[in-house]
Amino acid sequence: MEKRVVFRSSWLPYLLVAPQIAITVVFFFWPAFQAIHWSFLIQDAFGNSSQFVWFQNFQDLIRDEAYLDSFKVTAVFSTLVTFIGLAVALVLAVAADKVIKGAMAYKTLLIWPYAVASAVAGVLFAFLFAPSVGIVSFALRAMGVDWNWVLRGDQAMLLVVIASVWKQISYNFLFFLAGLQSIPKSLIEAAAIDGATPVRRFWTIVFPLLSPTTFFLLVVNIVHAFFDTFGVIDATTQGGPAGATQILVYKVYYDGVKAADLGSSSAQSVILMVIVIALTVVQFRFIERKVQY
Amino acid sequence: MAEIRIQGVRKSYTKGTWVIHGVDVSIGDGEFIVIVGPSGCGKSTLLRMIAGLETITAGEISIGGKIVNDVEPKDRNIAMVFQNYALYPHMSVYDNMSYGLRIRGFSKADIETRVQRAAKILELGPFLARKPRELSGGQRQRVAMGRAIVREPAAFLFDEPLSNLDAKLRVQMRLEIQKLHRELGTTSIFVTHDQVEAMTLANRMIVMNAGVVEQVGAPMAVYDAPASLFVAGFIGSPAMNFLPGSVRDGRVDVGGGHLIALPRPLLEHAPAQVTVGIRPEHLVACAEGDDAFTFPVETIEALGADSMVHGKVGATPLVARVEGHAAPAIGSTARFALMPERLHFFDTVTGKRLAA
Repeated sequence: MEKRVVFRSSWLPYLLVAPQIAITVVFFFWPAFQAIHWSFLIQDAFGNSSQFVWFQNFQDLIRDEAYLDSFKVTAVFSTLVTFIGLAVALVLAVAADKVIKGAMAYKTLLIWPYAVASAVAGVLFAFLFAPSVGIVSFALRAMGVDWNWVLRGDQAMLLVVIASVWKQISYNFLFFLAGLQSIPKSLIEAAAIDGATPVRRFWTIVFPLLSPTTFFLLVVNIVHAFFDTFGVIDATTQGGPAGATQILVYKVYYDGVKAADLGSSSAQSVILMVIVIALTVVQFRFIERKVQY
Repeated sequence: MAEIRIQGVRKSYTKGTWVIHGVDVSIGDGEFIVIVGPSGCGKSTLLRMIAGLETITAGEISIGGKIVNDVEPKDRNIAMVFQNYALYPHMSVYDNMSYGLRIRGFSKADIETRVQRAAKILELGPFLARKPRELSGGQRQRVAMGRAIVREPAAFLFDEPLSNLDAKLRVQMRLEIQKLHRELGTTSIFVTHDQVEAMTLANRMIVMNAGVVEQVGAPMAVYDAPASLFVAGFIGSPAMNFLPGSVRDGRVDVGGGHLIALPRPLLEHAPAQVTVGIRPEHLVACAEGDDAFTFPVETIEALGADSMVHGKVGATPLVARVEGHAAPAIGSTARFALMPERLHFFDTVTGKRLAA
């Protein structure tokens, strides 16, 4: 029996997907091709003329210390954001899974941060942790911590990691909670009768069964750390101090918009595009197979 | 192996409402006990209290002479087979069966012997490397039992283990469980809503209804002398016919002009309202005679070996079970002899069986 719905009209299906295609073409393919095109050009300082230079922009980047540093910063930043974000969300979800009274209120409250825009979250944290007026800074100094992220790179990194993690936890939490609730209760009971302690049950039964969820969140979080954290960084450290929090996507913006080096900026976004495509392909092709049970 | 004693066990989830109203049963070493009752009667809750998955609100449960009220499930030395099997989906059959042993720190060689032995008993040898999703329902069921067997626990607890199987497989697994119990002799408690499983598997069965134990006894004893209207209606298929009536001059007037004599020992304490119970298989067709029990035939259900003859006595529907080809014609009058020793008498008000 034919179960698929088949359109009788030949133009209707195209009409229905047209808006989606149009949006993708205008806002994704066009800029992407522009970026590739510009990445082969060098422009003069006033933007009046440009010259086709083949791969020179890319060659310059590979030799640029600042660019390689930005790579390292991105690696550290995205690793921290992803792992802390996943770990904290998992702990919260495991706790929420056990809550019976007021579970709805608890869940709803945990979801709120996701509704806050990145830039707003950044401003929020910038104020909380502001070296001169921030309430958290005040508390930290009272505890004897020399808190000044405007000057110290490691503290600046910590700040943007906290802000980005805070922003992403709600999302991770929701998925982990749904994942936990889809694990049959009898599995946990069987493991309890088999003699496993709650901790052992978690690592041998619950965590492996959550692996499809964890894997999905891993991909989403890495992409989040690479791109969506722009707002947080722009509202707080703006890549500083001395490039300590300048992740790749922020450097693309800075070099292109602030430093007006369109060619290099385009080359960087092309590299970024390739990295993300590679990352996604590798993750879905090779790792996903191992997490299916 | 061990005996299990359940004394005055009660359960409530919210204060004041009891889902189990005090159960007292003693289960002997090596006995196969079936707890049977309709859904919501508290049978699974009782089993889960024995397993330690539910707290015991009041009363005591002891396993092998040790009170286990506050003992963790893992320390009760029991194994449980769940309705949905509860196999660990990410582990192979071998790992599923050895999980409990690995946690308890058994040696590799010991685990290997035990798993291989269980696999042999359950004919799971070729499937040890497979994942649960690659197995059929019956095989999964056997893995779940294998996981229980390898631990060599004091008791097996089965929570409706056959209800997810199709009818044919259910009969087969029923026989296998019976065989397994004969071989291992481990104390077993088996929960089901299916009276056929209860009849065929049990050494003794516990019939429960609405959180109350209605009767405890050997299957045939329960069948022969059900303690209440509920048990009488629940055990036996098709269900027992109930003819309510009032007692006059030592006889029960069940309507339709039928008077059924009360046995002499019951006469003295007989209440005013009595329900007569007659199993469909105990209505024996007979030829023209004076004391025949007659009713007009309304419908016939031919099942092959047997035919069910449906009719009414007064306003009460009635079923008789006759040999396949011996069914009377629809619209004719069916004639049956009543066997006095096969009649059951219950107090209509309390529902209890009348006893001398």
